[in-house]
Amino acid sequence: MTQVEDAIARAHHEEWARVVAAVARRFGDLDIAEEAAAEAFATAVARWRVDGIPANPGAWLTTTARRKAIDRIRRERKRDDKQEEARMLRDDGPFEPRGAIEDDRLRLIFICCHPALAMEARVALTLRMVGGLSMPEIARAFLVQETTMGRRITRAKAKIKAARIPYRVPSTQDLPARVSGVLAALFLVFNEGYLASGPDTDPLRHDLTAEAIRLTRLIQSLLPKDGEVVGLLALMLLTEARRAARVSPSGELVTLGEQDRGAWDAELIAEGHRLVRERVASGDAPGRYQILAAINAVHTFARDARDTDWSQVVALYDQLVRLDPSPIVALNRAVAVAELDGPQVALASVDRLADALAGYHAYQATRADLLRRLGRRDQARAAYDKAIELAGNTAETAYLTRRRDQLR
Amino acid sequence: MQYLMSVFGPAEMSEFGNYADEATMTKAMADTGPFNDRLQAGGHFVYANGLASATTATVVDGLGETPVFTDGPYLEAKEYLGGFWVIEAADLDQALALAAEGSKACRGKVEVRPFQ
Repeated sequence: MTQVEDAIARAHHEEWARVVAAVARRFGDLDIAEEAAAEAFATAVARWRVDGIPANPGAWLTTTARRKAIDRIRRERKRDDKQEEARMLRDDGPFEPRGAIEDDRLRLIFICCHPALAMEARVALTLRMVGGLSMPEIARAFLVQETTMGRRITRAKAKIKAARIPYRVPSTQDLPARVSGVLAALFLVFNEGYLASGPDTDPLRHDLTAEAIRLTRLIQSLLPKDGEVVGLLALMLLTEARRAARVSPSGELVTLGEQDRGAWDAELIAEGHRLVRERVASGDAPGRYQILAAINAVHTFARDARDTDWSQVVALYDQLVRLDPSPIVALNRAVAVAELDGPQVALASVDRLADALAGYHAYQATRADLLRRLGRRDQARAAYDKAIELAGNTAETAYLTRRRDQLR
Repeated sequence: MQYLMSVFGPAEMSEFGNYADEATMTKAMADTGPFNDRLQAGGHFVYANGLASATTATVVDGLGETPVFTDGPYLEAKEYLGGFWVIEAADLDQALALAAEGSKACRGKVEVRPFQ
């Protein structure tokens, strides 16, 4: 990579959200902001080669994007209302401190993750506007056609404009609920990278987990006092730390108990543990991400799978069930119960979830494993068959298939 | 900025209007009045009213030579528009907050849609 390409890649990584956010605040229009930011980066590719890399690439890009936005507004309003043009082009208005925290990027994140937008639109908008991913990249991330993803983003931007979704940080009172909407979108991106849902991609997608972690770090830097943001970051780090050990050389998913713990990323684990300790020390009642992070801290604390403090894991799941009594949480709790009280007890809990989860691959896989451990081979094989049918991830399918075939 | 806040209900109204029983109707009416007063006081109120049941609707097609009249609502559905507010709000966040209050008061889900 040449020096200029390198500088542009770095600026794209570090400054994209800031450039979009600055233009969006100035002109109150996401569409204009996105296009202007893209044009500014395209201009940088040509200009920086000739003029050299500017001393402050972020400021250069923001100024250029503002000019591009003004050009576009002028072009579109040539025959339109001159007053409207003047209003759009006037200097930045007085600073309005309305929300809890003032940062353009934070406003941008909150508008992209507004609760009036469908979750899939929130995810797509956040990756485009805040993450700076291109339309093809986002389409590939969720295995949809580029045109479909384009329409999804266009429709979301049109709703923001027509329904006047405000470009601001929510009030202190609304903040926790709104932050949880942002975190849900980021967790979705992370999970798609953690265990890709379709058979047409790599089973683990580092590009998505890395992007989710980067965006969560950004939000954490902007909302340092929010415990759930720290919780989600810790959860992601402690999960990402195990990545290298999660797929075998033959392309099979490796269960937590069978992973080579020496292959875990010690640095990520140390950071995750530090964040979990920080939250525990705060004494605040933990939310779901903090509890999930704590569960992952218990797992990553054990040097050997046999040293895992399962009673602690079950106790944390009990705490989580009180916050979120969903069948999926109950399923994960049962996995821990199997280690503490044996597969027979766990299977009884799992079977109670049949109505809600029969179509969920992890339910069938968990049931298959418990039946196998209980020596109920025929039933185990049937459950593996169902799990294989439902699983989309290639590494998971490979693992389940081997387990099933061992029961022949 | 104006928003339409719509409330939906069954096609056929009972003697208690859109409500399941008399007690619910009485409570909803008792709460909706003060909610409208709050809209007025906050400068949000533009218009509000309830509609007669959807079965009383007539669809008119005036595109041809002579208008054609069809008995019943335009779309066949399980639930129909039963009443609405037109409100004035600064932005969607404010409209959604008002709609949440209105929904609680009238005991029904409220659809919020901006005017052009």
